[in-house]
Amino acid sequence: MSLLPNAAVLLGKELRTEFRSRELLTTTVVFILIVIVLFSFTFDPTSDESRRFAPGLLWLAFLFASSLMLQPCFLREQQNDTLSALRLSVSDPFAIFLAKVAANTLFLLLTELLLLPIFAVMYNVPITRVLHWLVLVFFLASLGISTAGTALSAISAQARMRELLLPLLMLPLLTPILVASTEVTKRLFEREPAVQWTGIGFLAVFDVVFLTALWLFGEYLLEE
Amino acid sequence: MWKRAMIGAFVLFLVGASAYASFYIAPEEKTMHVLQRIFYFHAAAAWAGMTAFFVCFVANLLYVWRRDEKWDSLGVSSAEVGLAFITVVLITGPIWAKPAWGIYWTWDARLTSTFVLWLLYISYLLLRTLIEETDRRALLSALFGIFAFIDVPIVFGAIRWWRTQHPAPVIMGGPGSGLEPTMLKVFFFSVLAMHALMVFLIAERYRLEKLRTDIELLRREAEAI
Repeated sequence: MSLLPNAAVLLGKELRTEFRSRELLTTTVVFILIVIVLFSFTFDPTSDESRRFAPGLLWLAFLFASSLMLQPCFLREQQNDTLSALRLSVSDPFAIFLAKVAANTLFLLLTELLLLPIFAVMYNVPITRVLHWLVLVFFLASLGISTAGTALSAISAQARMRELLLPLLMLPLLTPILVASTEVTKRLFEREPAVQWTGIGFLAVFDVVFLTALWLFGEYLLEE
Repeated sequence: MWKRAMIGAFVLFLVGASAYASFYIAPEEKTMHVLQRIFYFHAAAAWAGMTAFFVCFVANLLYVWRRDEKWDSLGVSSAEVGLAFITVVLITGPIWAKPAWGIYWTWDARLTSTFVLWLLYISYLLLRTLIEETDRRALLSALFGIFAFIDVPIVFGAIRWWRTQHPAPVIMGGPGSGLEPTMLKVFFFSVLAMHALMVFLIAERYRLEKLRTDIELLRREAEAI
């Protein structure tokens, strides 16, 4: 059972690489900010109406940003020729995926939580009452996005036109996440917020299904 | 050659017969009248498309397990044919929806999820064009095909939780659903005809893919000499 210790060491490596440069986090935060500001030009952002579609915009921005953010996940390993070393260093290749999924979930969650207050102020939605529920939704959705996205970035890194290919593979696959998290967030942003358990359960099911798929098929994604 | 032509003619006959049955044998529906007859084509094509994608999924799994090139050929063949059937569904749907619902397209869960399904398999075929190396292309596209197919029930599961304007599943849709017996017979005959057409098309496409890989192999051998 060396899976978890191995994954923990690799997670440390992922976090160190990112926090040394903070490239991924800063660019993603700026990207989402730009998208949120651009969205505001397409309708009246302070109206009551905006409460209804603001969650959708928020999740769309997160989803687009994540399709950019997950780009270097395996590309970096490939460009630095570190993939073989990585594979040799662990007995179970799932540890590599586990570490990358955990790191990506953390990065996504961080950017989302950083942008949430800004979004709440700009779009006039109250969040303090439902913050703990929002964190739960953000966590489950980020885990789902990272799980599927990490697997797909391993595929797209080995193809041509990879920068364009990843969003093409990822976005349709992640529609369930977009639908469920938008619905749950919409209910949480209402004047009388309510927790939609079916939506939360749906997100959890998505996470479990794709984590299992990654566990079963991950090793083939890294074959030479 | 003759055998294939005969089978093709038989499949064509089946499809023609199902069209005849849906126009002249099936009774007229109470509210939608003649309009409802597109159902036998629309829903049967949807079932055949789904079956083709299931074949693709099984072929993908078998490729990952066995690494035999023939499973890759079957995978791409069934994905293309499935895509053709789902395209038919996406075209006949709006033709039916305009007079029945008053609009060509509603963004309800089932329509949207079919559209997403269509996009997923477009991505699958697109991915194949972007990887040069044959083995790598086969393996990676098989893995994407598996992920995409796993995603399908999750996307479709959305109907159960979020509102929909599409009729609740008529067949196997729980209590209160169901078709009139003659309609059901005609429908299952259409499903059979569409499946025959699907299997025939996959077999032909598979043959083509096989020829293509054979030529590729010969060309590589010729270059090596």
